[in-house]
Amino acid sequence: MDMVVILSTLDATIRLSTPLLLACLAGMYSERAGVFDIGLEGKMLMAAFAAAATASVTGSVWAGLAAGLGISLMTALLQGAAAITLKGNQLIAGTAINMLAVGLTTFLGIQWFAQGGRTPQLKEGERFTEVKLPFADELANVPVVGPIYSDLISGHNILVYIAFLAVPVTWFVLFRTRFGLRLRAVGENPKAVDTAGISVIAMRYQAVLITGLLCGFAGAFFSIAQGSGFGNNMTAGKGFIALAALIFAKWKPVPAMFTCLLFGFLDALQIRLQGVEVGGVQVPVQAIQALPYVLTVILLAGFIGKAVGPKAGGVAYSKER
Amino acid sequence: MSALKPLPRWADIILLPLINLTLAFIVAGLVVFAIGQNPLAALDAIITGAFGSGYNIGYTLYYSTNFIFTGLAVAVAAHAGLFNIGGNGQAYIAGLGVILVALAMQSLPWWLTFPVAILAGAAVGGFWGFVPGYLQAKRGSHVVITTIMFNFIASAIMIYVVVNLLKPPGILAPESASIAVEGRMPKLGTFIPWFKNTDVNFTLILALICLVGAYFLIWHTRFGFAMRALGQNPTATRYAGMSNSRITMIVMTMSGALAGMVAVNQVFGVQYRLVLDYVADAGFVGIAVALMGRNHPLGILLAALLFGALYQGGNELQYVIPGLSKEMVVVIQALVILFTGAMEGLFRPALQRLFSGGPAAARSGG
Repeated sequence: MDMVVILSTLDATIRLSTPLLLACLAGMYSERAGVFDIGLEGKMLMAAFAAAATASVTGSVWAGLAAGLGISLMTALLQGAAAITLKGNQLIAGTAINMLAVGLTTFLGIQWFAQGGRTPQLKEGERFTEVKLPFADELANVPVVGPIYSDLISGHNILVYIAFLAVPVTWFVLFRTRFGLRLRAVGENPKAVDTAGISVIAMRYQAVLITGLLCGFAGAFFSIAQGSGFGNNMTAGKGFIALAALIFAKWKPVPAMFTCLLFGFLDALQIRLQGVEVGGVQVPVQAIQALPYVLTVILLAGFIGKAVGPKAGGVAYSKER
Repeated sequence: MSALKPLPRWADIILLPLINLTLAFIVAGLVVFAIGQNPLAALDAIITGAFGSGYNIGYTLYYSTNFIFTGLAVAVAAHAGLFNIGGNGQAYIAGLGVILVALAMQSLPWWLTFPVAILAGAAVGGFWGFVPGYLQAKRGSHVVITTIMFNFIASAIMIYVVVNLLKPPGILAPESASIAVEGRMPKLGTFIPWFKNTDVNFTLILALICLVGAYFLIWHTRFGFAMRALGQNPTATRYAGMSNSRITMIVMTMSGALAGMVAVNQVFGVQYRLVLDYVADAGFVGIAVALMGRNHPLGILLAALLFGALYQGGNELQYVIPGLSKEMVVVIQALVILFTGAMEGLFRPALQRLFSGGPAAARSGG
């Protein structure tokens, strides 16, 4: 492979990792606080639809983003109400959210736009376009550094930069602030946090809302940044790959980034390898597609390292007894 | 709150699910109303579409057949305290076993092939449930995460196998060869003309047998007791000398085998070939069915009929009221899962207070 091919594959890697990374970090807040979230997919899908629909109707990409974030936050709140206040089963709540998202987005899409569930093609100004970082043009001709800076790092849309900025921010929030300490404590030993006079319920709601916010960015990325409009079920299971990445990264921000880059790279690779023969053998792209899931199963089973989640995860907190 | 008496049995298994179902319908109705359509007209169209004639009922029963299997798969696992969210993958991969048997035996009469196809589907689906069960029992991986991953792995395997191995040359669509006409199982409409040429077939009888079998297994066998005990209190079963890991593995295998019966209905009973994505999320409908049916075979039968009717009625809905698509049914299904599964706490305390003799009794009890 020559330099151009490698660069374009890596460029695609960054683009494909972005929604995974946003969703993965989203899940990290909620799961670190003891609320399992298998509804990342649903919140992204809701956000993707709301963002594209609003951007198309108002003609403003920012209104679209705001709508995506708003809907995702409301969905997270609904999930939180079921899983935190009503002490329902967190996994079932997530399943319901995923299904609700598939049903509602398709149903409303068909109803509102009459294009079989798609929203109208977004025009300029209705979607996020490439951001050129300073000096990208000037540096383009410098060997090695030039192409990497101006092709690989520069020239993505703003949500890509938000996703990668969210990594150090999440690390700082979770591991260097009082809020983060409490959030993690709620996921490990809620009783102790309660005894210290901090509301477990309030902490968990805050975590779930941050999850909703980040899922909103991830969903918007699909429909108003990477794509130009919403299509049926356009998140296509990425929420579950993000969940796999979260487990693979053992609920830590920086490993999460590298895992998402790896899974994004696999995705970019399988797109590039479609119909390509390597050494006379056609590589089955499905094998590469399934790799993130297989790796996660192997890791969970403890064959390569051990992934142990937050101890109080999955259980609603009750004060009594 | 802890002083409240548990609900009477009838309220727990009939009243509460009905309240939650009504709530799901009301919310879905509000959505329909919000977009400017008449919810009652939509409901009428769904009911007519599901039960209007023998033709409609035939299709309703065909959908119900799938949902009985996936509902049972979820319920059997739930009794042992396991959440099998992998019904989709298990039902999908089981199609491999079914189609290989069906194609190999296609020159034989269908009633010889049928039992073998059932066993093959059960074996492959069961295997796809066994592995997550094994990984939970022996390696401590959470069965929910593993089964989610196995859904996607199954999907990747099936695309590869169908497109690269099973697709006969000369056919463009991604599907296997078709079973020879003489080896195909006739549909029920052949014997009962009332059903016309609908997809309901002998697999429905198999589903009913599975319901009865599950009832006896869960409540009238030693193993059923062991699995329910495991679901209630794993520590107790361990002290009683039972092998929790053995029970987990057997239950997950049975659950996967039950989900695999969807493949018998779809591949052997209806399509006579293996196509992609024939499961159509029946595995997820099974979660709603099991929750709604309170994990009891009778409840599952009724809930499967309800969802079968909703799916068939939803298909007809779009022809009766243009603009209302069958996705409405997915919304209703999600709301049922939300209200009966995750938001049970919404009505239960109020009902308990009511049955404990009003607010005063609840206060004095507390």
